[in-house]
Parts: sequence; C-alpha cells; structure tokens
Amino acid sequence: MLLIRCPWCGPRDEVEFHYGGQAHIGYPESPDALSDEEWADFLFMRDNPWGPFRERWHHLHGCRRWFNAVRDTSTHRFVVTYRMGEEPPA
Amino acid sequence: MSRRLDAGGSWIDRSKPLLFRFDDQGYEGFEGDTLASALLANGVEGGFTSPILSRPRGVMTAGPEEPNAFVEISEPWFDTIVAATMVELVDGLVAGSRTGVGRLPDPAEVPSVDATHRHVHVETLVVGGGASGRRAAVAAVKRGDRVLLMDERHRVDAPPEDVTVLPRTTVLGVYDDGYVVAHERSATVSCLWHVRASRVVLATGAHERFVAFAGNDRPGVMLASAAATYVERFGVLPGERVGIFTTNDSGIRSAEALRAAGADIAYTLGVGQDLSAAAEDVDLLLISGGWNPNLTLWRSLGGRLRYDEQLSSFLPDGGGPSWLEVVGSADGRGLAASEAFWLEPAGDYSEHFVDLQRDQTVADIAEALDAGLVSVEHVKRVTYIGTAIDQGRTSGVLTAAIVNQLLGAGPEAQGPTGARPPSVPISYATIAGPDRGDLLDPIRRTRIHSWHEEQDAVFEDVGQWKRPRYFPRGGEDIDAAVARECLAVREAAGVLDASTLGKIDVVGPDAAAFLDRMYTKRMSTLPVGSIRYGFMLGLDGMVADDGVAMRLGEDRFLVTTTTGNAAMVLDRFEEWLQTEWPDLRVYCTSVTEQWTDVAVAGPRAREVLAAVGTDIDLAPEAFPFMTFRDGEMAGIPVRIARVSFTGELSYEVLVDGRRGLELWTAVLTAGTPFGIAPYGTEAMHVLRAEKGFVIVGQDTDGTVTPDDLGMSWMVRKDDSDFIGRRSLRRADSVREDRKQLVGLVPDELLPEGAQLVEVNTGQIPMPMIGYVTSSYTSAALGRPIALAMVERGRSRHGETVYAPLPGGTISAEIVPPLFYDPEGTRRDG
Repeated sequence: MLLIRCPWCGPRDEVEFHYGGQAHIGYPESPDALSDEEWADFLFMRDNPWGPFRERWHHLHGCRRWFNAVRDTSTHRFVVTYRMGEEPPA
Repeated sequence: MSRRLDAGGSWIDRSKPLLFRFDDQGYEGFEGDTLASALLANGVEGGFTSPILSRPRGVMTAGPEEPNAFVEISEPWFDTIVAATMVELVDGLVAGSRTGVGRLPDPAEVPSVDATHRHVHVETLVVGGGASGRRAAVAAVKRGDRVLLMDERHRVDAPPEDVTVLPRTTVLGVYDDGYVVAHERSATVSCLWHVRASRVVLATGAHERFVAFAGNDRPGVMLASAAATYVERFGVLPGERVGIFTTNDSGIRSAEALRAAGADIAYTLGVGQDLSAAAEDVDLLLISGGWNPNLTLWRSLGGRLRYDEQLSSFLPDGGGPSWLEVVGSADGRGLAASEAFWLEPAGDYSEHFVDLQRDQTVADIAEALDAGLVSVEHVKRVTYIGTAIDQGRTSGVLTAAIVNQLLGAGPEAQGPTGARPPSVPISYATIAGPDRGDLLDPIRRTRIHSWHEEQDAVFEDVGQWKRPRYFPRGGEDIDAAVARECLAVREAAGVLDASTLGKIDVVGPDAAAFLDRMYTKRMSTLPVGSIRYGFMLGLDGMVADDGVAMRLGEDRFLVTTTTGNAAMVLDRFEEWLQTEWPDLRVYCTSVTEQWTDVAVAGPRAREVLAAVGTDIDLAPEAFPFMTFRDGEMAGIPVRIARVSFTGELSYEVLVDGRRGLELWTAVLTAGTPFGIAPYGTEAMHVLRAEKGFVIVGQDTDGTVTPDDLGMSWMVRKDDSDFIGRRSLRRADSVREDRKQLVGLVPDELLPEGAQLVEVNTGQIPMPMIGYVTSSYTSAALGRPIALAMVERGRSRHGETVYAPLPGGTISAEIVPPLFYDPEGTRRDG
C-alpha cells in the first residue's frame, strides 16, 4: 500500500485517497465552440504513459482536499505532490 | 518408543509436561515443543498420507518448509490445516493428520478466537529472529529507531533489549513504501498486524535443499539440519541408525550432532554414490542438498536474483526498493558451499519426488517439458509444483534446477518462479478481523427509527440507511400492507419518514452561480422562498442525480439529493469547486442528519397540518406548490416545503432532528381522525411510479439523458453552460434509436429487469429492445403497471411488447409513463 503525501496532511495510507485521473486538463473555455471530436477528446481521451504522470488525487477520507501529483507509473513511486493551483515542477 | 534424549533441548522445559491428543491417541510433550517435535519424541514419525498418491509420509523438516506433516487443530483453537512443525504445543491440544487438504467444519464445532487487527509505525522492522536479524535489530536500536522484530517460530532466542519481539508472527507480504502485513497466531491470539516501517530488514534465513532420488518421500527421510534441530532445540533423536547424503559440509555437521546425541551414523554418502539402495537399512536418512536463501518476500517486491556457483543457489541481486535490505544467510552469508547436484540419475523418474505436497516427481516435470514447455512458470502451472500450502519452500529452487538440467541448460539459466503474498494461508476471519456483523458497515438510523421499530416496521437497506419498507398491521403480508398504505395516501393522508434524503447547505456569494453550473435548471433566478427541481448530469450528459434546491436567501440554498447519492453529490460539488472553480466563493456542508423530514401526503394533508397547529398560512394561494415557509408547528420551529413525490397534495415538514420524533408523533396524533397512515418506501415507490416519477439509479443507470426520460423540459434552453450540456448534442446523445422511458400495462406483474422483445419468436436469442426498470401492483388502478426503457419507446405508444420468462411470456402494452391523474389536479388538493 502506497504512502501518499497529502500537501495538507502529510504522508497517509493510500486507502484514505481517491484517484482522480489525469491532471491539468482544464474545462474548455467555450464547450459550444468545440466540434464533437474536440469535445470527445476532452471528455474521453487521456494519456497513459510509462513513467512520470501528472494526476489528480483526492484526500477523501482525510481533509477532503484535491491535489495534484507526479507519479511514476512504472514504479508506483510518487515523485512529488503539490496543491491545486500550483504549477507542476519542471 | 520414546525418542526423547535424557538431556538437552534448549527450547523445552522438562519441568512442564503437557498432554495432547493426535489422531485420537493421547501423548505427552513439554512446554517449548512443537507438535512435530512432541510426535517425534513419542516415536510417531509417520502417520501422514500424501494427498494424491496416498503414499505414507513422515515429518521431513523442522520449520515452515514442511511438505508432509499437515494437521487440523480442533482444540483449544481451530486451524483447518497447518504444518505440525509450526504448531506450538499447549496443554490439551487436539490435532489430527490431514492429507494436504483442509476441511470446512460446521461453524458450531469451531472454537472462536476473535481476530483483531493492529496498526503500528516503526523506523525498522526486522523479519526473522535469527542471529543476523537480532544483530540488525540491535544496530537499529543504537540509531534510536523504534524496532519491531517478527519471527514465525514460537520462540526467539536471546531476544535483544529495547526491541519489540513478536514470535509466532508470520510476515504474509511486504508491499509498497514499507507496508508489511503479518499474522500473529497462538492459542489465544489471532492478530493481523499492519506495519508501516521506514526500513525493512529481511533476515529470513535459508532453507536446506532437498534432492530428488527414488523413494525420497518415504517416512524416515529428513532434511539433515532439521534432524539436528530436533536434537539441539527439543532433545529428540529422530533416528538411531542414521545414513546421510550430503552435497556440502553442513550436512556433515548435522550428522555429527546426531552422533554426539547417540545415533549410529551408518554411512555418509556424497555425489556419485548410490543413494536409493543404501537408504534401505537405516531408520533415518538425512538429506542435505545445499542451502537456498529464503527470498520469497524479496522477490515479491521485484527483487532480482543471480545464480551463485559456490552455493549452487540464487542470491539477491538488486532491484528491490531502497528501504528493503537482505541480511545474513538470506543474503548467502555463512552458508556452506555446495556441489550443484539435484537428482540422482535413473531410468525411471516416477518416484523421484520434487514437490511432496503436490505429489509431483521428476517424471512429471519431464512430461511437461516433453509437451513443449520451457519456462518454470509454465511448468509450475501444469504440474502445480509450488502451489500447495508450503508454497514450494523445498521444491522451488529444485524444480528450476531440474528444468534447467533436463533442458540441457546451465543451472543459472532459470531461477525459481515468482512469489506473491500471502506467504502462508490465512483465514478470511482473520482478514475480516473485527469488521464483521454489526461492524461490517456503519448503520444509519433516522431520529424516528425507534418509533418504526415499535410499530414492527419491516426495514430495508438503502445505502447505509435503515428505512421502513412497510408497516404491516394485524398479520398483513407485504402486498396487503402496501396496498393499504397506497390507498391511504390516495384517499386520505399518509406520512413518510423522508429524513434519509441527502441535504446539502450551499452557501456563499457565488452559490447561485455555482448551482447554475451544476444543475440543468437555472437556480440563480429562483426567488427566495421558492423551490426548483433539477437534474445533475455527468460531463457525458447522463443523469447522475436529481434533487430540489430551496432558496433560503440570496446567498444560501438547501439542496436535496437522492438517499443513496448524498455523498457522491457533495463530493462532486467539492471536486468542481476545488479543481475548476476555486474562484467561486461557495461552501458546501452536509446537513442530512441535522434535519428530520416528515412528509405528509394525500388529499387531507392540509387538514392534517392545520390540526397539528401551525402559524403558517396553508391556503393554496398563500402557500403554492414549489415554495417553502418557515414557522412553527405544534410549537416546534419548522420549515415546510410544498413538493410532491406522490402526485398528491404534499408537504415535507423539516424540523431540527432532535425534535423530529416529537413532530412525527404530533402529526400522527392529529392525523388519526383524517385516516392518516404511516407509509414505507415500497408504497412510496408505487405512488411515484403511478405518476411516472423516475428514481435515479433505478430507472436510470448512468446511460440515460434527460431526453431519454422524456424530461427535456428539465433542461434549460438558454446558452448558459452547465455540466453535461455540451454532451447532450453529441451524435450519440441524439441517436434516434436510443432507449426511452415508457409505461407498460402488462397482463400480469412483470419482474424488474425483465428483457423486452418485439416479437416472441420462441428462438433464443431474440433481439431485445428494452427492459423493465420498475414494476408494481397499483392499488389505485387495481392492476399491475411498470416503467421500462425501450428503443424509440415514445414512438411505440399503443404497441405490444413481450417479456419471455422461464415461466412463460408476459405481454404488455406500451403507454406514456403516467398512469394516474394525468391532468395533475390532485397536487393542489
């Protein structure tokens, strides 16, 4: 079981968290202006890299805050976690 | 015949004799014995039977690698199957031999041990209490670490100071980031330990390797080090006329220990000498095929192995996580160099056993290879070698070596198969621990629950809530009770405990703007004091929940959710506020349990409320549909909302939960002259279905749009955005052949979930065009009704569909999903 560092609470057991999919996918400015294909791309299409991946996590059974993380999908290792609104590390 | 020596045995206390029974025979042992050592001391070396070939077997080892001596423990605790070498002898122990397969007993036979779970954090966890494990623990204490040391045997020699030592504790698995699960077991304790350690030290030792030769499975064949262990720890000499075959010096040392204890060492054989024939004239044949570091846990975390030519075995070779370390003989230290010898050559390998618990021989491996397999992983899955309770501790490396040899490859070509937790079998009761019965899941009860119980309500689970399903009177069955409750609502008045409905306070200057984005209806134009019904959609445009918003003030709403979706809706609110719209000043708070909701419905509902006594003007023009009023009722502050889930005149009286029961009883008392009846969820379902009101999650399944429900009127048409809006005009959302909500008038009551066909061909399969989502007997209409999702359903009104079922076919006419009071005149009383 992973030990995940919540940016608000510190390291906690994985069972306290809920996975929220790929991070940094903003809700489109004007959904109406998008074609069906563009909208479907926003709605359904996500990256699935082997290696570092920016993703959203929710400290559901804790402080209930959402935050972002960079996790290496090849090792499960969390490279870093950071608060919503903060820039991902380079 | 006693094989107990007159002296010696570092683990036993001869002043404390213990009585035990094995296979219905009484024996005596000492405190500190294992069941295996006590049996051997009593001259019981065999008595076990192999599971497939029914060959006689005896105790072969002195530890967790035992492949033969399996027992069921029936007193003083219960274990369906366990190695006798790992059972600590206690007074009154009752055990019986098992043929490698456990038995599921009658629960009444099983003495219960309450399994507990413990969670602990340490800097260092040491797995294994041998010399190198103890050294690692002492070094960690010196660093200032909190140290936990676990060992699967019942005793740890010379336990180090300032270390928490847990004997009888088997590590089941080591997982990411130093998370370790272990099982502590004794006569009185069954505890699952959840450990989070900054550093884990594997001092898991090594197992002596077995060798394949004809008849190597017979009772009296024993690993050499195990025989020495019986002498040194338990004062038991497992044989008097002893032969030994060894590939290494440690075997010689083991034989010396037996000789010193009085055994006659008849012969000592090495590689190249005929083993099978020589075994005949001794009562104990010791085998030492070298040593295998015990790396099960190491490999389960991705640790690599490399072949070591000195040991003729595999050692750790990096690849494990940084917090994991392997020390001592698990890392190959101090182990005797061994010749690379695995099997005695023969023409017939059918009695050269490799995995004794699976009764698999070299001939079985050869057959798998003849079939074209080349990987040990595949050989394992064909032969089941290594899959028994002992997890291949004596057979894993041996099998890989024999596969390599038979394929003509070097011994380094393939190592043993991968390893996964749990390292030993564990009962579900232990995994469940205290999370059983009432503690399995929280139970939520409304403030009126005690009244429901007094009335002998039949409850149903709705999420974690207990809700009254119906209130049977005087021997009524469910059908009679529900029909009576429905008619009370249609003809007089009924009262429902609606407190489980989710309720969320949405507060802040941007609350109205926020709800506009979350719901299909525009909430920002709602006047204070009014109520609006809306759908919450997913981004994909599918109905996720429905509820009403009451505008309490310019910056304050009370939003209701379906009972089961309350947590989901709040989570979704938070997700959007935190991740997309942090600029919106809105706070959301669950107030579900703060309010009791007493719903009074029926043509006489207004009279009932007036009789209870309220300062709120109930006149229709003063208090119209979809508004709410604050005031008092029976002297209790209340908020009354005019909403209706039954189609009847209906008031939901919201009251501080602490006074919920008081209000409930006041309503019933005042309502009695009007014929009021409490009604449950079943009547509620029937009443709403008569009106075609959908239940999200019953009539919808996450693939249904508002238009599919015939409820496009619920979706605002201006160009302001809300979640899911763009998806409503995706090509798939406007497909003409989508399933749409319809009503059904069937011949007889349909089962919910029944599939519908256009033409009953009698030939399976038939093209299915829809399914029944809700089905009830309507008391008001005197016939069964149903709701269904049917392809192009709205264009099929008047057509007949069929539900082919095991007991025959039910036909039904498709009608609009509205069976009762189509003009909606009853809503205002």
